[in-house]
Amino acid sequence: MTTDVHQLDDGAWISVNDSREVNVSDLWLLARSDFCECETTDFLAEGFVKVGVDHPNIEARIAGQCIACGESGVTDWLIVGRVVDPDAGDFYGVVHESVHFPEKRTRLARPGE
Amino acid sequence: MPSKVEKWKDEVYGNEIREHLLEFAEQGWESIPEDEHDAWFERFKWWGLYHQRSGQESYFMMRIGTPNGVIKPGQLEVIGEVAKEYATGPADNPEFGDAYCDWTTRQSIQLHWIKLEDIPEIFEKLESVGLTTQQACGDSWRNIVGCPVAGKDKHEHIDAWPVAEELHETFKGNDDYANLPRKWKVAVTGCDEGCGQGDINDLAFEPAEKDGELGFNVRVGGGLSRKEARLARDIDVWVPPEQAADVAAGMSALFNEYGDRDDRFNARIKFLMDEWGPEKMRQVLQDEFVDFELETAGEDMRDQYTYNSGGNEGHDDHVGVHEQDDGNYYVGLNVLVGRMGADDTLELADIAEEYGSGEVRLTQRQNVIIMDVPEENLEDLKNEPLLEDYSPEPSPFMRGSIACTGTEYCSLSIVETKNRQVRYARWLKDNVELPADHEDFHIHLSGCTASCAQPQIADVSLRGMKTRKDGEPVEALDIGLGGGLGEDPRFADWVEMRVPADEVPGAIENLVNNFKDRREDGETFRDFVEARDEDTLADLVEPEETDYHDPYMHNTKMTWYPYAEDDDMQSSPAPTNGAGEPLPSDD
Ligand code: HEM
Ligand code: SF4
Ligand SMILES: [Zn+2]
Repeated sequence: MTTDVHQLDDGAWISVNDSREVNVSDLWLLARSDFCECETTDFLAEGFVKVGVDHPNIEARIAGQCIACGESGVTDWLIVGRVVDPDAGDFYGVVHESVHFPEKRTRLARPGE
Repeated sequence: MPSKVEKWKDEVYGNEIREHLLEFAEQGWESIPEDEHDAWFERFKWWGLYHQRSGQESYFMMRIGTPNGVIKPGQLEVIGEVAKEYATGPADNPEFGDAYCDWTTRQSIQLHWIKLEDIPEIFEKLESVGLTTQQACGDSWRNIVGCPVAGKDKHEHIDAWPVAEELHETFKGNDDYANLPRKWKVAVTGCDEGCGQGDINDLAFEPAEKDGELGFNVRVGGGLSRKEARLARDIDVWVPPEQAADVAAGMSALFNEYGDRDDRFNARIKFLMDEWGPEKMRQVLQDEFVDFELETAGEDMRDQYTYNSGGNEGHDDHVGVHEQDDGNYYVGLNVLVGRMGADDTLELADIAEEYGSGEVRLTQRQNVIIMDVPEENLEDLKNEPLLEDYSPEPSPFMRGSIACTGTEYCSLSIVETKNRQVRYARWLKDNVELPADHEDFHIHLSGCTASCAQPQIADVSLRGMKTRKDGEPVEALDIGLGGGLGEDPRFADWVEMRVPADEVPGAIENLVNNFKDRREDGETFRDFVEARDEDTLADLVEPEETDYHDPYMHNTKMTWYPYAEDDDMQSSPAPTNGAGEPLPSDD
């Protein structure tokens, strides 16, 4: 089956195959991002703006704020987890507390989703 | 390209959801196909059911929409009974116990921990007294709000209640308006105090006079969510009361046609208003959506608006004893953060029956009003034990407190809200003294930027955030100042960001003391804030630890329920079956 990914409840969480997998309110450490001036951005996820699949990765652009410097905005694409075997559909989330590297682009599950 | 939610709505939406919902309820939670969960939960909202957050699967928040906050005689008892029987979850709340009603900022009622299997019985009970959950959430006409004492108010120029009721009857269950691009929030105000809060709704009717006739001016495009707060804008239209429904139909048809169905973040009409401006909005309404000549705006009464104007005059929050136009009295009771236990709700229903007409109303400040009390009953009513907890003469910090749902149940939340605000209010009452001329002082706490607690229109606005304290992430709040409504509404200035939640009471204490020291004679808090720039204000808010203790610093969203003894996400009993017994879950 294809992996079904979307954000729901105004970006409160990411659904992967009809299961709530990634939630707002977690802190993510972002490195090498131009989100803010900080060496690593201490990023509070406040809303999922876009979600996409770049097999096996599930990716998202997240609205939020660096809680160190206060800069707010939307991140570039971040890997939030993986669905290694699309037939089984199991989702493996990344550890949000570890360091992440946002990317400029990804393939969208559906444009405009 | 239409969003996924739009695709689900195309398949099944509106009234027809009910039969599916009842069928699923009959068969039990597990009968909802796993790969259709998201679609069904999105649809259930239209029938007032909101799936609770992660860790609370299979439990729903249920919202009952009471137009204009009017709870007719006989209805409150049923609400209390339903709460008592069905709104108990697997763990208690330490402040409020195990079954309670939330009176909301849009004059609705929210119950939590509702199980799918109980919904047919609950609907039957509610509907037996004319209550409904229909369109309480979802993309449609939401509960209509207005001046809570409409029809009985001495300050009223037009009786707004029949208008609100007509709108409710016309647009509830009406298939033509059932599937809008987004929520559609409407306010009707008939009094010169301005307590309908029209400025923050999608569509507002406000009292105005034209050629000696009383009717309404129309404003469009207000809303607070997502750091995109907007005030509704004047579209230069006046309607007589008997045409209000036609203009409302035209405006919501316009929204239906031109609202953005591709991007839900851009869907509210406030964004269309940004794009078009009020002149084009009026023109399109005239050309395409009404079949009569619209009148230009009449003479409004905004210069008399006292409600939440910062001036500490008028009825403001409707708490206290006030005379009605028929010589009876209404008695507004303060309900701290809008939450009332089921037993207290039942007691309130009895008292309202005994001393008044049995009618109770909800305000947009999360309080309740007992209506139609004859003068000779006032003393006995005031001596009722229930009024010790829900006072008509509360401390300004108690009456001014509003809090949203927060991490207790809400997916979008960042921080704990209601229990925290209860603790804030108690601490402030015991430790801080406002100037004697400030009976109304509003502190609104919202757990995220959706702004359900309407923080931007409070004297002190609090919004959920996080920060680090000694390196550890803790719950925090952004602090804003000086918001309010009135003739010239004003959104709060955000002056101090990411204050650890346990330092907020100290910050408010310092702010109030600085205000008392520096204010000019008779200067109101709102004027005081307006006269200063953000940096100056930031210096007056000095966050500080005090003897206030906050038990919810620990990232409560990561628990399955913030107050459970074992609050670890993995220890959640959810999802459960109809008897509340845990079911196996694959995640
Ligand atoms: C399960 C809990 C809740 C969820 C998930 C939720 C969700 C939301 C969302 C997503 C918004 C932003 C709407 C938008 O972007 O158009 C919002 C706004 C709002 N909600 Fe809630 N809400 C919840 C509970 C409540 C409660 C308890 C109240 C009333 C006490 C409430 C009343 C409001 C109000 C007044 C707004 C402001 C909207 C505006 O003026 O634009 N909601 N809510
Ligand atoms: S303001 Fe945010 S946290 Fe509070 S109830 Fe609304 S959506 Fe939830
Ligand atoms: Zn930063």
